[in-house]
Amino acid sequence: MVTGNLVNILMGGIFHAAILFLVAAGLQVVFGVQRIFNLACGSFYALGAYVGASAVNAFTGAGGPPALFIVPLALAGLLVGVVGVVVERGLLAFVYDRDETFQLLLTFALVLMLEDIVRLTWGTAPYSTSALYLAYGQVNLLGATVPVYNLIVIGASLAIALGIGWLLTRTVFGRIIRAAADNREMAEALGVDMRRVYAKVFTLGTALGTLGGALVIPATAAMSEMGIELIVEAFAVVVIGGLGSMRGAFVGALVVGVFRAVAIAVYPELEMLMIYLVVIAVLVLRPRGLFGRVAV
Amino acid sequence: MAAAAVLVLPLVAPPYHVLLMLPFMAYAVILLGLNLLFGYTGLVSFGHALFMGIGAYTGAVLTTHLGVRSLEVILLASAVLGALVAAPVGALCVRYVKIYFSMLTLAFGMLFYTFLLKFYRLTGGDEGIRVLRPSLLGFDLGAVSKIDYLAGPYYYYSLGVLVLAAICMWRIVHSPFGLCLRTVRDNPAKAESLGVSVTRYRWYAFVISAVYAAAGGALLGPPTGNVDPTLAYWTHSGNIVFMTLLGGFAHFFGPVLGAFVFIFLQDTVMSVVPYWRLIFGAILAFLVIFAPGGLMGLFAGRRAGEVSRA
Repeated sequence: MVTGNLVNILMGGIFHAAILFLVAAGLQVVFGVQRIFNLACGSFYALGAYVGASAVNAFTGAGGPPALFIVPLALAGLLVGVVGVVVERGLLAFVYDRDETFQLLLTFALVLMLEDIVRLTWGTAPYSTSALYLAYGQVNLLGATVPVYNLIVIGASLAIALGIGWLLTRTVFGRIIRAAADNREMAEALGVDMRRVYAKVFTLGTALGTLGGALVIPATAAMSEMGIELIVEAFAVVVIGGLGSMRGAFVGALVVGVFRAVAIAVYPELEMLMIYLVVIAVLVLRPRGLFGRVAV
Repeated sequence: MAAAAVLVLPLVAPPYHVLLMLPFMAYAVILLGLNLLFGYTGLVSFGHALFMGIGAYTGAVLTTHLGVRSLEVILLASAVLGALVAAPVGALCVRYVKIYFSMLTLAFGMLFYTFLLKFYRLTGGDEGIRVLRPSLLGFDLGAVSKIDYLAGPYYYYSLGVLVLAAICMWRIVHSPFGLCLRTVRDNPAKAESLGVSVTRYRWYAFVISAVYAAAGGALLGPPTGNVDPTLAYWTHSGNIVFMTLLGGFAHFFGPVLGAFVFIFLQDTVMSVVPYWRLIFGAILAFLVIFAPGGLMGLFAGRRAGEVSRA
């Protein structure tokens, strides 16, 4: 019984961490290459959630088999990532030579706009998929009952983490990204078209966020404030892990996800308070985070 | 002209517009302080909602729980509490600049927000606490109707606070101290070599701006009669940075103009459509891309640059 509870709490935390990792990874890849701290990554997450929910509802409404709902869900989450190109080419491209304060404020402008675009499109009431969360059943894990869907998401997030690792270290595109992150002028001098790199990187970052949003949606309802709430958690993740580091996003997401789950179970008042204390401790003691390379 | 208009406004304008002036004046006080940090010292705080929250909740706790009604005491207590919190928080934050400074302030702001949300015995949780009507300069105005109180004595009281705050800030930024801050912003290495301790001056600016934010925050409570944790939420910090940029951070009165335009434009937009964020987000994006000098930059053209150097 006790282990069952513990496993329940841990699995809940890891599920949350899997989602957080996706959003934080999007934040990291954009910061690592473009040096922009994208406050709007939470808004992309919210957008992905709504679009994912709509896609699934359309799918089941058209008579699609409930067992396959994850296909339109993931596809919608990935496809809506193309807003990244629009945002990057249409807005961010104008401010690359500006002070980073202005870049930060521009992403804040996006936060404001996207929040209302979501409200305008889907209304203010929570929006959810019909009961598909348990479509894949539940399994018994060391005395705890865990929805199979959670395990799928955790597995998918792990696979994506490995995929990003492979992309960054084993492919030409990954080498270019790392070169651009290290030394933009040198990469450009060697013939890398930075505009294309930036557009691709930002789209990748956006798609990770929207996919995260889509995958969370069977487990919870989409709400218009979910973006601005998640961004502070994703922010905690990247600070703990270290800005710009993928490994940092992975470990940071686990720390935040599990910490939060345990805090809620043990002493709910502490919930996010603990997380912010950890964040401040990391920023004060080790400002580059656990895995960050760049000194302040 | 503007001064005369502000003085006679409660006599001629409909109460609705007079009441809108109250948050404007509170935000103007807050922004005067924020711009000492943003415009004059070059540090962008994304956590100043923390200090607005401290001011607003100080007023609420004093009037509701402790039976203190005097607005002078409330303002003083807010300023002192703001300074007491800002001293250690600022000492940690000013060791960093740019994005790291913004993030650390954001983390502290959210820490306070969570505190407000979770310790409901003291703070009322997400419902917040009521702010009882404060007495002004020793006059208990409990018998006056709410509109008469807010559009009359409270209006002039806020105006007085704003004028006083503006005069103090004007003196600060035009003193040798203000000059040092600008040097710290423009060339920290040179400032250091000339014997100006960069972190200490940043810390001074941080604490002063926090005192302003707390005092302004205390003025935000009475008009609505209630304070709640959204005052301390990170988007609120973002909004006041937005107001500063809207008015023009390079100009002394830019933030005041920004607060004015923000409040009245928001009201106008919301009377037509509820989606003010969409429109304001577009305005902010436009400002960042095409007019980073804000309205003052657009109207005053070259003059804005001169003032920032003066």
